[in-house]
Amino acid sequence: MNTSKDIGAAIAAATAAKRPAIVAFMTAGFPKRADFIATLNRIGSAADVIEIGVPFTDPMADGMTIQRASEAALHEGVTLTWILSELTAAPVKPAAPLLLMSYLNPLLRFGFERLPAAARAAGVSGFIVPDLPREEAAEFDAALKAEGLALVQMVTPVTPRDRLEALCRPAGGFVYAVTMTGTTGKVVDVPDEVLTYLDAVRAASGAPVCAGFGIRNRAQVERLAPHVDGVIVGSALVEVLERGEDPAAFLRGLHL
Amino acid sequence: MSLTIDAASAADLLAREIRGEFPDERGRFGPFGGRYVPETLIPALDRLEQGIHRWLKDPEYQADLARELNTWVGRPTPLSYAPTLSARWGAEIWMKREDLAHTGAHKINSAIGQALLAKRLGAKRVVAETGAGQHGVASAAACARLGLPVTVYMGAVDIERQAPNVGRMKLMGATVKPVTSGDQTLRAAVDEALRDWVSDPSGTYYLLGSAIGPHPYPYLVRELQAIIGRESRVQMMAQAGGLPHAVFACVGGGSNAIGLFHPFIGDRDVAIRGVEAGGRGPGLGDNSATLVSGTPGVLQGAYSLLLQDAHGQIQETHSVSAGLDYPGVGPEHAFLKTVGRVDYESIGDDEALAALEELACAEGILSAIETAHAFAAAKSYAKAHPRSRILIGLSGRGDKDMPTLARTLLKGKL
Repeated sequence: MNTSKDIGAAIAAATAAKRPAIVAFMTAGFPKRADFIATLNRIGSAADVIEIGVPFTDPMADGMTIQRASEAALHEGVTLTWILSELTAAPVKPAAPLLLMSYLNPLLRFGFERLPAAARAAGVSGFIVPDLPREEAAEFDAALKAEGLALVQMVTPVTPRDRLEALCRPAGGFVYAVTMTGTTGKVVDVPDEVLTYLDAVRAASGAPVCAGFGIRNRAQVERLAPHVDGVIVGSALVEVLERGEDPAAFLRGLHL
Repeated sequence: MSLTIDAASAADLLAREIRGEFPDERGRFGPFGGRYVPETLIPALDRLEQGIHRWLKDPEYQADLARELNTWVGRPTPLSYAPTLSARWGAEIWMKREDLAHTGAHKINSAIGQALLAKRLGAKRVVAETGAGQHGVASAAACARLGLPVTVYMGAVDIERQAPNVGRMKLMGATVKPVTSGDQTLRAAVDEALRDWVSDPSGTYYLLGSAIGPHPYPYLVRELQAIIGRESRVQMMAQAGGLPHAVFACVGGGSNAIGLFHPFIGDRDVAIRGVEAGGRGPGLGDNSATLVSGTPGVLQGAYSLLLQDAHGQIQETHSVSAGLDYPGVGPEHAFLKTVGRVDYESIGDDEALAALEELACAEGILSAIETAHAFAAAKSYAKAHPRSRILIGLSGRGDKDMPTLARTLLKGKL
């Protein structure tokens, strides 16, 4: 059965192959609702972990690309209930562990008492909730733990050192190290201070560390590789889907 | 996060509110409030909280704020008696005149207070959101006064219907950025201001306009707006000879309402009524009556009541007034409703416009359309409670609404 441990194992397998793990983000049901499982499997053929985005009307941590995908998916009628039932019913699913990335309100509405079991039955190993800081997370974290599922912790370059340590210590699955202040999807180079920050995150964390926000090309992955266990590719992959190109080919281009 | 509150706990929670125990150390008013934001903003909110703790009661800050309020904003604002409405409605009608505050609405109270705080926190620039444009204008004015650059996010729909305010902001040096994502009104403007703030949480101060958002904003905005209620209490005693039987204010996010209500919450004999936008009717998407028909959830940083569908997606709203056109509401209002201290009701577009016209002709005051919602509700209350003494928060003036009024009340008359 899928649990939090699968995430660590998938990242460890990439580490054993001497490359950073690829954590791929896709908005569920984007660009076409009917292609959800097919797209998921295609991405699964070239990713170590998959983040499935639950669309939300007010994605305040996301840049234009993911806002656009989220809006399109909502327009297609994608809901958390639909995502879970599609995943549960899918005859073939990727070997890569699945995470749901969702803002809190759709999860609250679904109900913390029902969600972890439903997610586990759908093959989901954990959650990323960008508007749920640690101080507010106890109830959801406990509900997930009861099913063996992970709540991935985000940390950022502006997180003070003592808080960084407190956040990383109990982290489940992996630590999501945001590489910059800002929303997702901006093009950034990787300045030296980001590498120093990632080293600090790694030193504080028992769990693997994956870097995300603004990762778009192989050069960035090469520069980050010695400092992280994996990289998270979101907006760039959504744009590949938007253009109708092959997501697996794009992701394989990021394998070192 | 269960909301079933029995009578005994409601009484206990209200007693704690009256003792000033909310927000608590977790930023909550009973179950409501909190801090649901991306991790990037947590240090900024911590700094803001420490800044409030350090400065808000500081004598020098207080002196600066009092000076600006008295000599630049024009406080205290008057309490006006409404002789014609009183005679017509069969009650005693008093109006707290926030429309006479500098820039034309209560928003300036919080804008100047927060801008003074931003300076002390070393902010390099300010961002703000605006719906009706009143908070944008107030922020532009306060930032111009203190020499802070400000960027105001405003939904494209609101830019069109509140055009006069856009020009005012620009004349005072603000950068106005149209928001074309989401619903293109206040909610989308808050989302965009948050995205801006996330990009530079250390150098930017987010000057949030309503009593919404993550802790400590609902507290900060309430503290800066409570001057409305404090002045009103003193003025009612002096001019009317006693406290009102009922207090009315319109509620969008709820900043003028919480400012007026808060000093009266301990006066158990004073009925308090918040008035939301009933829009075109009770259907989902036809109004902005969050407290009347919303359900609990998290939007833009706080756990409160919201207008959402069965899947937790936020609903589009409608109101003829841009300032009330918002699917969430400040957490303290959700609290006051839940413990039963404040009653919330809604008034439709047409009724609000009729009240605006009646106030204009009767008392020579052109109010904001937002404000007119409170007058419409007060009128019904007056009819049901003859000879009662009623205080209405006249939160803002209506000049900004001329484009909307030209399309509605003045259609065919211009």
